[in-house]
Amino acid sequence: MSALAANEMAAPRRSFWDRPWVAPLFVFVAVLAVWELIVLLLRPPTFLLPPPTLIWQSLSSQFGALMSYGFNTFQEAVGGFLIGCGLGLLAAMVVARSRWLADLLLPFAIASNSVPIVAMAPIAIVWFGIGPWSKVAIVAVMCFFPTMVSTVRGLTSAAPDAVALMHSYAASDWQIFTKLRVPSALPFVFNALKICTSVSMIGAIVAEFFGGAVNYLGIYIKTQAGILKTPDAWAAIVVACLYGLAFYFAIVLLERWLMPWHRHRDQR
Amino acid sequence: MAEAPIIAIDKVSKIYGNANARTVALQDVSLTIQKGELVSLVGPSGCGKSTLLRLVADLDTPSQGAITINGHAPEQARKQREYGFVFQAPTLYDWRTVERNARLPLEVMGRPADTWQARLDKMLAMVGLRDFHHHYPWQLSGGMQQRASIARALSFDPAILLMDEPFGALDEFTRERMNMELLDIWETTHKTIIFVTHSIAEAVFLSSRIVVMTPRPGRIAATVAVDLPYPRNFETRESPRFFELVTQVRETLKEEFVGHA
Repeated sequence: MSALAANEMAAPRRSFWDRPWVAPLFVFVAVLAVWELIVLLLRPPTFLLPPPTLIWQSLSSQFGALMSYGFNTFQEAVGGFLIGCGLGLLAAMVVARSRWLADLLLPFAIASNSVPIVAMAPIAIVWFGIGPWSKVAIVAVMCFFPTMVSTVRGLTSAAPDAVALMHSYAASDWQIFTKLRVPSALPFVFNALKICTSVSMIGAIVAEFFGGAVNYLGIYIKTQAGILKTPDAWAAIVVACLYGLAFYFAIVLLERWLMPWHRHRDQR
Repeated sequence: MAEAPIIAIDKVSKIYGNANARTVALQDVSLTIQKGELVSLVGPSGCGKSTLLRLVADLDTPSQGAITINGHAPEQARKQREYGFVFQAPTLYDWRTVERNARLPLEVMGRPADTWQARLDKMLAMVGLRDFHHHYPWQLSGGMQQRASIARALSFDPAILLMDEPFGALDEFTRERMNMELLDIWETTHKTIIFVTHSIAEAVFLSSRIVVMTPRPGRIAATVAVDLPYPRNFETRESPRFFELVTQVRETLKEEFVGHA
């Protein structure tokens, strides 16, 4: 498609209904309405299925406290994310440099996807204590492998002729790495990082189920559900979603900033 | 021809595979090219024309024989940046705008931007991309992408241009226009060009000399001097001599096939 046509495509103004967030918002509201209606009609016990309005009450009455618990858990998630993804990126750069190292290590990295790493949380508590570091460790391990596998794929994804072009300029290995391999790896890296945002929130919360201080979301969800105060547990889950979404969109913003060439590709 | 050739290919063979599965991509190919020539390598797929170009570019190494470029081995010529290579696919980097793609070789070679920027602008203007400096590759048509890749190959002013079926993926109208533009570029820059194509008409229209190659094993069947006067234009394609030359090249290829059958 020519650039002219691309400009023309952007010209017609999109109506309200064409905006990408409108349809999902309506589905969300509809699901809440149906949920509320089911509770009104079938009247299940509140601890089994509290209506959205009751969850909202619980959320608004202790919003400040829940957000601070959430922030504590979020810090564990971000800490583990930074360590796990950071080490994953470094390991990928080392592995991608040598064919036989990649062939040797990648099968293990891929197989580790099927290992239930959160199941190791009790062991992590033995190793790193009941405090936040055991959760950080679990999150780091959960983020490490997907980041490494994707990054290795990305670093080796450049087309043969794109590499030959660099050779034709007598480029050094370092120039090929920085000017070709790293930019071609970015889409793969960001796919992994986006997956790791939700992985890290899940990892931190589930790891907290195995023990920790009371002012963390996982502990709060576990105790309130344990005494059948399920609207409180649901409210905590909503807060976890808020932090998870904020984390995800922070990475999306970083992606757009680092990869401006990708932003409008969907319009092609 | 008293002057030493800019490219000399001497009894070059290229064999792929091992003792069990041998493919002779090129067998005993010799060819000399003078400075300023526009030589086409034409032939059906499998005749080794792209392989030969890659050997000249040191993107692959010959099994036997020797190649010299300006008196150097291909590896040294590559390291001294004596040629620009244009691939069949534009091979632009998605993350770079047109201008930054064309500037890539200058960056790699560490040539100062302030002295080379003027040349870069001139090359982009010459290929008709003056107003597209800040477009990304996906915003351009196939023809414009290939123009950007030609500007990139010319940006560092190499003496030799190696082109591997650069217009093979374009529609016929765009291809004929690109042929005219390439001749303009050749006549203004006096580069030595090796142009690989599987189109006989394209080879006749562009070249000062045509090297006809045949497959299994890849080798040179004949060389045809093209005596059509430059500058060439649309009338050239309709002249009787043009058709004679096209027929002559086609007959050469036919004889080879009949002879082998």
